[in-house]
Amino acid sequence: MDIHEYQAKELLARHGVHVPRGGLAYSPEQATYRAREIGGSKWVLKAQVHSGARGKAGGIKLCSNDEEISNAAEAMLGRKLVTHQTGPRGKLISRLYLEEAVDIAQELYLGFVLDRKEERVMIVASAAGGMEIEDISEKQPDSIIRATVDPGVGMQGFQAREIAFGLGLESNLIGKATETILGCYQVFRDYDASMLEINPLVVTRDGSLVALDAKMSFDENALFRRPEISELRDKSQEDPRETFASDRGLSYVGLDGNIGCIINGAGLAMATMDMIKIAGGEPANFLDIGGGASPERVAKSFRAVLGDKNVEAILVNIFAGINRCDWVAEGVIKAIREVGVDVPLVVRLSGTKVEEGRKILADSGEKVIVADTLAEAAEKAVAAWREATKNKKAA
Amino acid sequence: MAILLNRSTRVIVQGFTGKIGSFHADDMKRYGTKLVGGVTPGKGGQTHLGLPVFNTVKGAVRETRAEASIVFVPPPFAADSIMEAADAGIKLCVCITDGIPSQDMMQVKRYMRRYRFEDRMRLVGPNCAGVITPGQALMGIMPGSIYLPGRVGIVGRSGTLGYEAASQMKALGIGVSTSVGIGGDPINGSSFKDILQLFERDDDTDAVVMIGEIGGPQEAEAAIWARDNMRKPLIAYIAGLSAPKGRRMGHAGAIISAFGESAQEKVEILKEAGVVIVPTPASFGEVVADTLARTKKAA
Repeated sequence: MDIHEYQAKELLARHGVHVPRGGLAYSPEQATYRAREIGGSKWVLKAQVHSGARGKAGGIKLCSNDEEISNAAEAMLGRKLVTHQTGPRGKLISRLYLEEAVDIAQELYLGFVLDRKEERVMIVASAAGGMEIEDISEKQPDSIIRATVDPGVGMQGFQAREIAFGLGLESNLIGKATETILGCYQVFRDYDASMLEINPLVVTRDGSLVALDAKMSFDENALFRRPEISELRDKSQEDPRETFASDRGLSYVGLDGNIGCIINGAGLAMATMDMIKIAGGEPANFLDIGGGASPERVAKSFRAVLGDKNVEAILVNIFAGINRCDWVAEGVIKAIREVGVDVPLVVRLSGTKVEEGRKILADSGEKVIVADTLAEAAEKAVAAWREATKNKKAA
Repeated sequence: MAILLNRSTRVIVQGFTGKIGSFHADDMKRYGTKLVGGVTPGKGGQTHLGLPVFNTVKGAVRETRAEASIVFVPPPFAADSIMEAADAGIKLCVCITDGIPSQDMMQVKRYMRRYRFEDRMRLVGPNCAGVITPGQALMGIMPGSIYLPGRVGIVGRSGTLGYEAASQMKALGIGVSTSVGIGGDPINGSSFKDILQLFERDDDTDAVVMIGEIGGPQEAEAAIWARDNMRKPLIAYIAGLSAPKGRRMGHAGAIISAFGESAQEKVEILKEAGVVIVPTPASFGEVVADTLARTKKAA
């Protein structure tokens, strides 16, 4: 789960990380009011969306008076910011953050990630801040400093100092940098973060060390014990299709294709999507209905998939272990009768109670295209989708 | 004897009396697993499914001489249960639980290192379908009927995709020595490489099918190890060809976040290491059959 820059900065500031003075605004009037509160003569207005690279997309503006703030706020609010990270749909700007402008002497990069090879928290730092980390590792790989934390004892002071010296900071900044790095680690650990990135961490002309930007993501499996983080969720930043599904306990990822997928198991779901692609189609979504799916859950899945107006055919692929094909079949029929399925539907059932499941589909009298194997299911789904779009165009 | 598990392995269930634990314990027993008891703190002394219940894993090990444990404990308490098993001298722990926080798994892995390598418990999972040695024993949640006993090993992240592979093989009369689900989490107990090492040493396994997916370094690590050390044929499929970068596809670990983690990149790395690639998820059966036929001819 991602949070906004201003939320991350609030968390960090509580743990000894210096951030510029700033305030949140939902309107141009509020933004100008914030400028007065903060004081000074130069401010930066920043769109709060869950994405990096906001500057290039017009989501960050330097302002030096009320009129500029007001105009910039007017232009940003209610607009969708499109960056290479948001995808073409973009993300809605409904919150703005106004900050005092900082006089930058040097930009650094500081990141914390879960390193899957070491199976530990890894700190990545570089004196070449301001660029994205992918670009740093491509253009200045030698500038990157890495350290991993022993989860038994946590991050140690010497590790933070080594990084601070490695960044080439002046000796009067080493103490501040150490405090900043340890503070970040504390936040990462105490709130079950999965990613924390300060880019840039800046040295100002008056010799302080300030987190100019902050990005954080959290481990969704740990949210049960981090209610203060769960509260920071901003649904306006999510794909509405995914919000609908996740509110109903379904694991769903929206994509750009036309063939809706309802599958059990994440691996089989990915494989089925691959098979659709190989057969010449494009999947509209990833959806794992999970184990022990009741007919109601199957019907809910249909609602989630059909909520996407691009869906022109549906493929249900169930390999039942803990699941039961008869329940899934009942769910399919329930969905057809209650939700209304007006696109071609291909169903492949396999595993526990498969005969009963197939019989329920056959006896229902509903229009369901049945497939026996994974290959057949994908081919039939793509063929049915082609047929449907052809008919649509003809009509 | 295949790997990890056979008909004489003495197994206990942690989270025994819960709904999910009970359901699968019953299923495992019926499959032929030598289930000797279970653990639910506070219910020690009771009998459940005709077997003794213990308060602690240590107690269960003492009374039943259990060597293996399967964990069905809910995510907030699962890491604790795994460490309890390690401390009680369990040799093999299979954790089915989905949703354990990453930091808990970091702690578990760190904790297990307090034991000498020879004494260290082997953890499989979490968030996996478990282990099955067809015809002998089941420590997991997979439907036993789709596996034919045989001489091909399977190791995969996903449960249902593993079923798909096993059933395609069964349709062609190809059986399985042991199938191991290593789970879909970013930090897991056993890696692909760990399991390949066991299959390579196993006299009852002729070839291995590895079912990987997007995210993480383990498939590439396994491929390099296999290139340098493995004499048995390795056959692999990587799921997630159509997965976009940065999106989590169900499994907590199925996300492309670094170079080399996409399905296409992993397939390239595997190919270069000489691994036989299963091009589509519908061709597990035929690729395994072809590979076995070619190996036989060469021998």
